[in-house]
Amino acid sequence: MNFPKELKYTKDHEWVKIEGDTVTIGITEFAQRELGDIVYVEVETVGETIEHGEVFGTVEAVKTVSDLFMPLSGEILEFNEELENSPEMVNEDPYGAGWMIKVKMDGDLPSDLLSSEEYGELLGQ
Amino acid sequence: MEYTTKKVTLNDVHEKLGAKMVPFAGYNMPVRYSSDLEEHRTVRESVGIFDVSHMGEFLVKGPKALDLIQYVCSNDASKLAIGQAQYSCFPNEKGGIVDDLIVYKMAEEEYMLVVNASNIDKDWMWVKKQNKQFEAELENISDNISLFAVQGPDAADALQPLTKQKLDDIKFYHFAVAEFAGVPDVIISGTGYTGAGGFEIYVKNEHAEKVWNAIMESGKEYGIKPIGLGARDTLRLEMGYCLYGNDIDETTSPLEAGLGWITKFTKDFINSENLKKQKEEGITRKLVGFIMHEKGIPRAGYTIVNTEGEPIGKVTSGTLSPSMGLGIGLGYVKKEFADPGEYIGIQVRNKNLEATIEKLPLYKK
Repeated sequence: MNFPKELKYTKDHEWVKIEGDTVTIGITEFAQRELGDIVYVEVETVGETIEHGEVFGTVEAVKTVSDLFMPLSGEILEFNEELENSPEMVNEDPYGAGWMIKVKMDGDLPSDLLSSEEYGELLGQ
Repeated sequence: MEYTTKKVTLNDVHEKLGAKMVPFAGYNMPVRYSSDLEEHRTVRESVGIFDVSHMGEFLVKGPKALDLIQYVCSNDASKLAIGQAQYSCFPNEKGGIVDDLIVYKMAEEEYMLVVNASNIDKDWMWVKKQNKQFEAELENISDNISLFAVQGPDAADALQPLTKQKLDDIKFYHFAVAEFAGVPDVIISGTGYTGAGGFEIYVKNEHAEKVWNAIMESGKEYGIKPIGLGARDTLRLEMGYCLYGNDIDETTSPLEAGLGWITKFTKDFINSENLKKQKEEGITRKLVGFIMHEKGIPRAGYTIVNTEGEPIGKVTSGTLSPSMGLGIGLGYVKKEFADPGEYIGIQVRNKNLEATIEKLPLYKK
C-alpha cells in the first residue's frame, strides 16, 4: 500500500499535508480500503475552530459510518466540495483529488503524528 | 473472551480472489472482493456467486419429523410437497423469535432445516430440547455442507450447462436433487436472499471446490463474479428481507416483523396461543421499510421520529441503496405511523431527515 513520504499520519488513518500553516487532511489508502465504497462525506464545520482529537465530519461507506477526527487544532478553511457529487474520489485518489479539508493550524504540530514509516509499522507492513 | 473463528472450506480460494475476510457469525467470511457497489450491480444485472457455507443445516427424519417441525415452526409444513421449501421461523416462548429458517421437504418423513450461522448452536439446543417429546431423528450436518448462492437474472443460463436438470423447471421455493458439475445429489434450490432470482446450491464439503470452480467457469460468459456479504446485505435490504439479529430477534414478534404470512394458526406451535391473541388484539409496533428523501444514510440504532420530531421508533437496518442511490432502511415504528406513504424523520447526527414509509420491496424493478 502507498503511504507517501511527504505526509504525516494519525492512528485514526488520516493523512496530513503541511504547507506553512495551512494543512490539508484526508484519509489513507488503508482507511478507504477498509471502508469500501465511500458514498458520502459530510463536513459541516467550515469556519469553525476545532481542537485536536475532536470530530470535524463523517465519512459514510455503504455499510459503515465513521467519524473524522482533527489530527491537529485549527480553523476549517475549506471542504473539498467535489466530494459532494463524487465521494468515490476518496477511494480512487485518497491522497490527491480525495482530500477532505484544509485547515489553518493553531499552535505547534502535535507530537503524536506519525511518519510514513511509523504509520506503515502501525499497520504491520 | 477468546474463541476461534471457523473457516469455510473455500477460505483459501476467497483469499486468492482478493477477498477482504472478516469474522462474521463465528466464521471468517468474504465481505467483499472488489467493491460493494459493483458486486451489488453484478447481481442485479447479470449473475454473482456467494459462498454462504456458514449457514447451518439440520436433518429431521422419521415418523415424528413433521410433528416436531410443526411444533417448533410458525409456518405450516404440512402443506409442503416433496421438492418444496418454505420460509418459516422458530417462535420462542416469550413472544419473540429464536431464528428464521427455510424448511425443505426432502422425502416423506425427511426434512432439512436451514438456519442462520450465528444461531446454529442456539437453534440446535432449542430443537433438541423441543424434540424430547417427539423423538424425531435429528442430525446437525452444518459442518459438512457448503452452500453457494448463485443469484441474478443470468443465473439459470450460467448454471444450465452444468446439469441435465432443467433449471427453468425449478420454481421459486422449489428444489431438485440432481447431478451438478459431475457431482451426484446436489440440492439445487430456487431460493435466495437478493430478490434477483437464482439458485442456492448445497454440496458436501469434499465437492465444494469442484462445484465452485465449475460455476465460475460456466458463468464466465455471463460475467459471473464472486460476491461478498457486504453486497448480500444491501441486496436483501432493497427487498426488505429481515436479517436475524437486526430486524428480528428474541424480543420481536413475527407479527410485528411483518411475518404474519408465515405464522399459521392452522396448527398449534410454540407460543401460538399468545401470538393468536396478539393477532386478535392488534400489535402496537410494526417493522416497516422506508426510503430517505434527503441525503443521509440510516443506520441501525438511529431514532425514527414523526413529522413533529417526536420519537416513534428505531432503525434496525440501513444502508445506501446501490440500485436507487438513496438511503433505505427497516425499522420498528408505532402502529399508527406504519402505513405506506406516511412521512417520518430519521435522526441522523441530530438532524431529522425526511423519509417515507414504503411498501416492500423497497427496490421495485
